[in-house]
Amino acid sequence: MYAALWRALPGPWPVRLLLVAALLAAVAWFLVLHGYPWVMQTFFPTPDPTIT
Amino acid sequence: MARQQRAEGRRPRRRASAASVLGELLVTAGVLALGYAGWQLWLSDAVLGGQQQEAARSFASQLGPIQPGPPDASAPDAALRTDEPPAEPAAADRESFAVMYIPRLGGFERVIGEGTSRAVLDSLEQGLAHYSDSAQPGELGNFAVAGHRNGQGGPFTHLDELRVGDRIYVQTAGAWHVYEFRNHEYVPPTAVEVVAPVPQQPETPADGRYLTLTTCNPEWSAEGRLIAYATWLGWQEAEAGMPAELAASLGRA
Repeated sequence: MYAALWRALPGPWPVRLLLVAALLAAVAWFLVLHGYPWVMQTFFPTPDPTIT
Repeated sequence: MARQQRAEGRRPRRRASAASVLGELLVTAGVLALGYAGWQLWLSDAVLGGQQQEAARSFASQLGPIQPGPPDASAPDAALRTDEPPAEPAAADRESFAVMYIPRLGGFERVIGEGTSRAVLDSLEQGLAHYSDSAQPGELGNFAVAGHRNGQGGPFTHLDELRVGDRIYVQTAGAWHVYEFRNHEYVPPTAVEVVAPVPQQPETPADGRYLTLTTCNPEWSAEGRLIAYATWLGWQEAEAGMPAELAASLGRA
């Protein structure tokens, strides 16, 4: 799967390496700001801090 | 010719088997899960807390002037009034109505929303939740506020680091209220008496102006609650701007 992705990238290997780094950075940015917060709110709600 | 020779010398490309694709997917899932754990432990409160902090700065400037008033180092409380502060109208459910500042917690600024629903507690625009049945800021009685210890910005992660005498500021549309931290208490989640008009004395009618902060204890657990009590020192008019000593602690003097 990842080998196929690597082959699908254009250019010589240094360019591909840069493209992979950019892709990883974009995925990490999305996860940190949107993906993981959604997972936490949806599946792992934080404990209720109120007195009831 | 040379290209043909290179092509002939290259090994034939194998098709990825279902097992290898599944293996790569499982490794990817593992990396994502590890990333989530790391994010929740070390990054989530910084990232989400930063968003709440930004939202607080924006909302504070809507409430009134946030430029510091004239500094008076010899008598920092000289501008404080102890007469009856302006009455604060009750906010609608989930509405933002105030901003809390706690210098001891490292430039802490968070919006307070009305009601203790998850919508307020988990909000990246608010983060602190006012107990609807409790008093308004500066009002006679107990102004009670809840916030997460961890997760969703973790506004009260370091609530246990407050020291006696630390100032807590609450900015509303009409005034800046100043409270002074007194003590902590560890209680079960059902100890409703801590948010009574006189904390811990549910039968006693309101006799003073208090602030009670509640959060989870221990961290990452809802087993108990950590409570922080503060008493009201006074207020100053919203038009006077941010109290000088608060501005100094935030580096805005």
